[in-house]
Amino acid sequence: MPFEPVILFFLLGLLAALLRSDLKIPGVVYEALSIFLLLAIGLKGGVELARHDVLDLALPALVVVGVAMVIPLACFPILVRVGRLPRADAASIAAHYGSVSVVTFAVASSFLATRAVPADGYMTVFLALLELPALLVGVFLARRGQGQVQWSTLLHEVLAGKSIVLLAGGLLIGWFAGPEGIKPLDRLFFDLFKGMLAFFLLEMGLVAAGRLADLRRAGPFLVAFAVGAPVCAGLLGLLTAGMLDFSVGNAVLLATLYASASYIAAPAAMRIAVPEANPALSIGAALGITFPFNLMAGIPIYYWLAVHMNGALS
Amino acid sequence: MSPALTSRKLVTIICEAELEALLVPELARHGARGYTLTEARGQGARGVRDGAWRASSNIRIEVLCDATVAERLVDMLQARFYADYGIVVFVVDAAVLRPGKF
Repeated sequence: MPFEPVILFFLLGLLAALLRSDLKIPGVVYEALSIFLLLAIGLKGGVELARHDVLDLALPALVVVGVAMVIPLACFPILVRVGRLPRADAASIAAHYGSVSVVTFAVASSFLATRAVPADGYMTVFLALLELPALLVGVFLARRGQGQVQWSTLLHEVLAGKSIVLLAGGLLIGWFAGPEGIKPLDRLFFDLFKGMLAFFLLEMGLVAAGRLADLRRAGPFLVAFAVGAPVCAGLLGLLTAGMLDFSVGNAVLLATLYASASYIAAPAAMRIAVPEANPALSIGAALGITFPFNLMAGIPIYYWLAVHMNGALS
Repeated sequence: MSPALTSRKLVTIICEAELEALLVPELARHGARGYTLTEARGQGARGVRDGAWRASSNIRIEVLCDATVAERLVDMLQARFYADYGIVVFVVDAAVLRPGKF
């Protein structure tokens, strides 16, 4: 199978919504699942981080975050000039694409695990680091000296938001406890992970189907952008991975991080900092097109490219 | 009306859940002594807000206060949030016990 079987749950959710099924995942279950996934991803990364010298990560982290800033900065002029979108909408969409999607990362990890392609747990550190900076770039692009931004509320919303708290918290707990210490929790956090991810993807299918209607109003440019941007960003990720001498598995994860678009932290942050931007456009593109594209086509493409570029780059 | 009851205003705000962090601190700043917040679902100008995830969730905030504070709150809400956010505000008369609390 070219893509992860777990994605079939996403398709089931999409199908159920399109059939107007009465299937609904209650909001509290969605919340509980996202808490579980974030914590589990953090813990897994932390346990593997314990096997490495954290200081060795400082330079790659700087490069990874620095290069990632190219994504919103490149998206913005395309959205303004080619897409003729208002500045606020362009900046908000650029921020969504510069930031990352945790679930896309989880599916990519699962994709690699199914193929027995090794990847390092410390990639989770990059996942946590990449969420915020692009959001700040987006706000800066939207404002550029005009209008007021409640920076403290914005920073608090993102840094104290559940995704950073749980990812970073999980990383620290996993790192502190180490592989032996975390053993009693293995069954809950690691063995059940894929099942929980399947549940979550079912819900995302239901939610994503609702976003497609928004996109119909947005027109063909945004649809093309929502496919073109992740492919270009994925390539940038592969080139960066080559520069940093990453393994194939790590390169796929970095490409996926660059290619993914945030649909949880970014919408919340943009609603606060750039309220005049239309959330239907950014969420419609990020969740309605880019998320399913990455799941079904993007990740296998980045993998194929990483395998074929590996020899050429290193 | 029972003599034990005193007239107050009930300000009800129904808005997108993302607004909570910005809006709630403003309530006390404009004289409200408390509020009740519940999650809400519904349909309006911005389509169905089904609460399936945060971006499609609404909240309902209720504030009991005197007429002056109610007016201040309504003016503030209109000035700060009406242009860019999904928000509905309405004020009705209410009768309360222990008027000192509101």
